[in-house]
Amino acid sequence: MPFSYISTLVTFPFITGVFILFFPITPLHSKRISLLVTIVCFYLSILIWVLFDYSNDTFQFVETFSWYPSSNVILSFGIDGISLMFILLTAFLMPICLLSSWSSIKKKNNFFAEHHFFALFLILESFIFVVFSSLDLIVFYSFFEAVLMPMFLIIGIWGSRERKIRAAYLFFIYTLFGSLLMLLGILFIYLECGSTHYIILVENSFSPEKQKYLWLAFFFSFAVKVPIFPVHLWLPEAHVEAPTAGSVLLAGILLKLGTYGIIRYSLPLFPLASVFFRPFVFALGSVAIIYTSITAIRQSDIKRVIAYASVAHINITVLGLFSFNLVGFEGAIFQMLSHGVVSGALFLCVGVLYDRHHSRLIKYYGGLVHTIPLFITLFLFFTIANIALPGTSSFVGEFLILFGTFYANSFTAFAAGSSIVLSSAYSLWLFNRLSYGNVKSQFINISFDITKREFYCFFPLVFLTLVGGIYPNIFLKSLHSCSAGLLCSFILSNDFNLY
Amino acid sequence: MVVEKKSVVVFYKSLFCFFYFFGQMSERFKVPVLKTGKNNILRKFESCFVRLSYSMFFSILFFPFLGSLFAGFFGRFVGRKGSVFLSTFSIFISCFFSWFFFISSFYSPISFHFVLFPWMSVSSLFIYWGFLFDSLTYVILIVVTSVSLLVHLYSSSYIENDPHLPRFISYLSLFTFFMLILITADNFIQMFVGWEGVGLCSFLLINFWFTRIQANKAAIKAIFINRIGDYGLALGIFALYLAVGSVDYAIVFSYVPFLVQNSFYFFIFNFDIVSCVSLLIFIGAVGKSAQLSLHTWLPDAIEGPTPVSALIHAATIVTAGVFLLARSSPFIEYSSFILNVITFFGASTALFAATTGLLQNDLKKVIAYSTCSQLGYIVFACGVSAYHVGVFHLANHAFFKALLFLCAGSVIHAIGDEQDMRKIGGLAKLLPFTYSSIVIGSLALGGFPFLSGFYSKDIILENAYGAFSSAGHFSFFIGSVAAFCTSFYSIRLLYLTFLSPANGFKKRFENIHESSFAISFPLVCLAFGSIFFGFFIKDSFIGLGSSFFNQSIFIAPFHLNSFSGEFLPSHIKLFPSFMAIFGMFSSFLLFNLFRSELVFFKLNPYLRFFYTFFNKKWFFDKFYVEIFGQSGLSFAFQHTYSLIDRGFFEIFGPFGISNSTQFFSISFSFLSSGHLYHYLFSILIFIFSFSFFILSPFSFSPIFFVLIFFMM
Repeated sequence: MPFSYISTLVTFPFITGVFILFFPITPLHSKRISLLVTIVCFYLSILIWVLFDYSNDTFQFVETFSWYPSSNVILSFGIDGISLMFILLTAFLMPICLLSSWSSIKKKNNFFAEHHFFALFLILESFIFVVFSSLDLIVFYSFFEAVLMPMFLIIGIWGSRERKIRAAYLFFIYTLFGSLLMLLGILFIYLECGSTHYIILVENSFSPEKQKYLWLAFFFSFAVKVPIFPVHLWLPEAHVEAPTAGSVLLAGILLKLGTYGIIRYSLPLFPLASVFFRPFVFALGSVAIIYTSITAIRQSDIKRVIAYASVAHINITVLGLFSFNLVGFEGAIFQMLSHGVVSGALFLCVGVLYDRHHSRLIKYYGGLVHTIPLFITLFLFFTIANIALPGTSSFVGEFLILFGTFYANSFTAFAAGSSIVLSSAYSLWLFNRLSYGNVKSQFINISFDITKREFYCFFPLVFLTLVGGIYPNIFLKSLHSCSAGLLCSFILSNDFNLY
Repeated sequence: MVVEKKSVVVFYKSLFCFFYFFGQMSERFKVPVLKTGKNNILRKFESCFVRLSYSMFFSILFFPFLGSLFAGFFGRFVGRKGSVFLSTFSIFISCFFSWFFFISSFYSPISFHFVLFPWMSVSSLFIYWGFLFDSLTYVILIVVTSVSLLVHLYSSSYIENDPHLPRFISYLSLFTFFMLILITADNFIQMFVGWEGVGLCSFLLINFWFTRIQANKAAIKAIFINRIGDYGLALGIFALYLAVGSVDYAIVFSYVPFLVQNSFYFFIFNFDIVSCVSLLIFIGAVGKSAQLSLHTWLPDAIEGPTPVSALIHAATIVTAGVFLLARSSPFIEYSSFILNVITFFGASTALFAATTGLLQNDLKKVIAYSTCSQLGYIVFACGVSAYHVGVFHLANHAFFKALLFLCAGSVIHAIGDEQDMRKIGGLAKLLPFTYSSIVIGSLALGGFPFLSGFYSKDIILENAYGAFSSAGHFSFFIGSVAAFCTSFYSIRLLYLTFLSPANGFKKRFENIHESSFAISFPLVCLAFGSIFFGFFIKDSFIGLGSSFFNQSIFIAPFHLNSFSGEFLPSHIKLFPSFMAIFGMFSSFLLFNLFRSELVFFKLNPYLRFFYTFFNKKWFFDKFYVEIFGQSGLSFAFQHTYSLIDRGFFEIFGPFGISNSTQFFSISFSFLSSGHLYHYLFSILIFIFSFSFFILSPFSFSPIFFVLIFFMM
């Protein structure tokens, strides 16, 4: 019997997480165990990457378990090139998240100790793996929503201020409200097709009218997760209130669930509606990029600036997805990976500052380059990665997206390209405020540069950002065949020539 | 090859016959495939040479990078002197090989192209890390590496006592590396790497003394305004990909003739492809080369250390835009409208910056505006299709402007960081060496006969006149007026700083002394460059029929103005020189004899308007800050953030729901009052309204129900 990679990947962190949650072990042991588990998962995902066949655009490592045989709901897992990249990203970011919260997470009260935090992260990891590898719409939906629960607890319990309740409320209400429509859509699809298996759904073609309604229902749910412009409100709140590792995970992976949903379900299932609503998405995305970028300039909280920047960048990827050509599409996927790394790293940077000075307000900082130069070097690196300077991975992603978008609609590319200017404004302004000028010694009276543990957190991120910027083909290679397959079927089903 | 001086030819030939041989060989082996049918030794020799030259090209590129890495990351270990030595030495190697290729290209105009490894390859978009070395590249290479070498040397003494010397040197080397990437790229995207990289490095270098608010502001301004230009350039590259399907120079430029008359939709308008792309590329050049409208970062960038001003704002970063124009000449040449636009912008910049420079009081600011003005000349040279003259002036300008900046640095260093010319004065006897250098630089800048500036600036104006177009005539006269202003402010600078009675504090003049060797030596080198470079290189760059820029610059046959420029009547040809010398004399006379009457400028209300207008830089900064800056930022806070994000979306979003739930629950609880007639009444209302909707002949859209729901 062959080794079942996916189910191992999915169940291993979950079982360990439950074990840590319910068995009394010391905090140190729980930390060590969970770190070990996430690293093992990372190696496992690397192994999957090595064994993956690029030339094939079908699902690989497929595993099927019968769940509700009477109603055709099958627990089915498999990955293609796109989900492989997201699984890699998740597995890569998880150990860094745990390492970054090694000493900053404290025992909250008698109910919630450190090991609960780590256990929640392990459970979250397995949920995310399920979302990225499931081939069944119902399973996808369940775990898409289940991700909410550990995250809700992480923000609500380990958040920094009392405002965390409001943040958790916003996070929950937006996501849940969005998903309700999707649930209706899924029920409708189930009634129409008699199954929710992805392969079957892709073969099915809905009538144009139905596609439009279903697309809207799905899109609303995904748009909340992405988040696209009018429903982005929860993101800055949640980011600001979440603990560092929570923000990293939120920016790095949870935002990608929405875009992954669009790639996996909205586009292939409802191709006609996708084309129909393309101008709508372009309009929303263009507005969002300019809107969030200029809003980011006027924030007083470091995390809020980065959160708004994050919204702007993720909206660019949505434009890339809807450009309907390979360059923009693959660029969008690459930009998601890159955004996961860069944005996550920026939140880590803020976490480092917060651990030392316990404030996130920009006005209390200044002249940090005098006191913590190594940290500022790293912060500069990720700032310039955030403004998509060539040589960093975000440049590759952003430029490919803009190439594709310009091909599709030059005005949208014009609007999206304004992030070249605006991102430099808010990022460098933030960087300048934090690191340059005189030391505000009335506020900053304790300082030590990054520790060895923090360096271990940052180094892989720096490395990956540079590799992605200089030789992105190692990642793009696994995207080629499946994105081409996806777009080809897409173009065929639309019966029109996009080139 | 048109090198007239026999002695020079003999000298070069004797020294570089070996290189000449190499050049001939390499001409045949652009593609390193070994041919069969020759004897074995020769083949081995050839392959050896190909490898050798590749390694030489690589050392040009990557030695600065290595130097930067060493100084930046290992500065602690190799020490201050060690890091300075390592990076200066690595720039020296780069400089040596650049001159090697430059001089060998006189004899055989070779061009090398090689590819390292793929960068992005998606669908039909193939972008490689590839390098292209041709004549245009060689010219900019020697300019960049020579000035960079001298500036490295200079900074080792200039900021000797700064604790962050290794960091500074590291930034300088990194800047040089990005500049080299910019000029050696073989496609637009890789060029963009260098383009953005130099922007970043200029941000870091201007911000080197990071505790100064002015430096912070200037640095952010520099990168922000540069990125507006980058935005235009990026859009141009996207449009190129849309039109041609590639971003490689070789493919794009060979495809241009087929694009003429083609159009595409940008925004909702139908644009001519060639014009649109040329315009967008020109916007990039406007940002980088500080042309009118995006020039405001350049004069502010003098807040950085003076060597930075010399390297970045005189010799390299500002030349990037001109390099881009010259490089894309095969493209721009096909759009005469955009050429006119370029000419207009260049000439306006020349005039604007020259007039502003007249009345600045900061020593470095005068030189910075002078740079801006000279760039205007170079750009309108490109606009009248005299790219080779533009590049020639660029090289000359790099020498004398770097000289001026470094001299200014020497003055500032000597007098204790005083930059206001009104507070200096009388340095001619105290700093004779610096004085003589700055005189050479100023005369070269003003186009004094037989110095470098004379050969290039006058040819630019002749070419402009020789275009016999309205844009050409416009730029000729504007350029002549700017030449007057240039000489005027150069002599004003000389007079106020060196010749006038000493105006500063006594304490500052007591300890004044000439600077060390590391500061003086670059001045000597640059002074030689300012005197002789134009004379020696003139014939090969701009000589009639010279094949130096053989393939790297394309001039459409109907734009070839060099010939008509050569045979203009003498009074036209002499007019700019006359204006320059007239400017010098009038300035000298005015400041020497009528200095006390100058206060009249400030007393008379009409003249004071001019004084304020020029002194405040034509109010460009004020305009930008008040119209775009303030209103944009207040819009960002008051509208997008307060009104929409924290207002509208919250009320009609989650908090609206939670508040209205509370409201509805209270109001519904009133309905269950326990009185029968209340219930009866509501039942009746429902029945009536329902039957009205059902039975009425009108069809109500569902939105009506929603409205009723909200009215409740």
